[in-house]
Amino acid sequence: MTFINYASREINCKIVYYGPGLCGKTTNLQYIYDSTAPQAKGKLISLATETDRTLFFDFMPLELGTVRGFKTRFHLYTVPGQVYYDASRKLILKGVDGVVFVADSQDERMDANIESLYNLEENLQSQGYDLATIPYVLQLNKRDLPNVTPMEELTQELLRKDEPVFEAVATTGTGVFDTLKAVAKQVLTELRKG
Amino acid sequence: MADTPFIIQEHQFQRIKGILARVCVECAARAVFLVDRDGQPIAFHGDIGDMDTTSFASLAAGNVAATSSMAKLIGEDVFPAVVHEGEHESIYISVIGRSLLVVVFDERSTLGLVKIRTKRASHEVANLLDEMSRESAVQAAASNTFFSEITDEDIDSLFS
Repeated sequence: MTFINYASREINCKIVYYGPGLCGKTTNLQYIYDSTAPQAKGKLISLATETDRTLFFDFMPLELGTVRGFKTRFHLYTVPGQVYYDASRKLILKGVDGVVFVADSQDERMDANIESLYNLEENLQSQGYDLATIPYVLQLNKRDLPNVTPMEELTQELLRKDEPVFEAVATTGTGVFDTLKAVAKQVLTELRKG
Repeated sequence: MADTPFIIQEHQFQRIKGILARVCVECAARAVFLVDRDGQPIAFHGDIGDMDTTSFASLAAGNVAATSSMAKLIGEDVFPAVVHEGEHESIYISVIGRSLLVVVFDERSTLGLVKIRTKRASHEVANLLDEMSRESAVQAAASNTFFSEITDEDIDSLFS
């Protein structure tokens, strides 16, 4: 749910990065964090296990600038990708304004992508949202690896509507900001539509 | 489609700040926060030093979300309050509808005092939040006029 504060002239929105385990959700956030000026970001909070797998969520607030005198702040969250953390994923989707689905392009992860996307649709529905109408972007990550599924095949399986699709290599930052920009733009456009 | 935006008007924000200031004094607290259950900070009052209030709000909401789900698993509807006691600093979180009243206090106060004083303020906060929620729907229509003036160029300029 977008928060608009007329006293502090702020717009706060929530964006969630979703996808199967080890697809690169946290890496997306880490790259955004590392590439953003200190005054535009808060801390990157990571609730992770001892082996650096996301346990509950990662979080970072990002200030993009002002629109018509209103400061726009995006709260970026990731969900834990592992199948058995479904309860946590549901909680993190509460109040979401936009979703990025990070797919792992490797051949052997196709089934995990499909399962995770199905899980996203289900969990959005349980929170009263519909993937068909919520601001949404598909990111095809790990395009630099040798064993990737061709883009056409991935989009055929994973495309749900006319959502923007970006090829990415989150470790080097390729496609990371394009993805963020696309989802943020959709969120603000929704706000404009009312 | 995402939810209708939650709109906080200037006069409502000042009323919230007034309530939080009073709770802070009455509880002899270090700081008091009002946070949305989805993790958005609404307002705060007190000595926050260089605390990252945005992250604090997000973690408080995550904390309550997790404990509320645990409550359901054991047959409770909700835990109306969550307490964390530290050696010097403690946190008391009271669930008020879709918001959380978070009190940060130290040895100058006690959990009992914070509980009593927070309970009294809870009704006032709940009423104000209800009012804001009702008015948000009406104001959303009016503010559409303002936000409909946002152009593609305005949005693009954020990423330049």
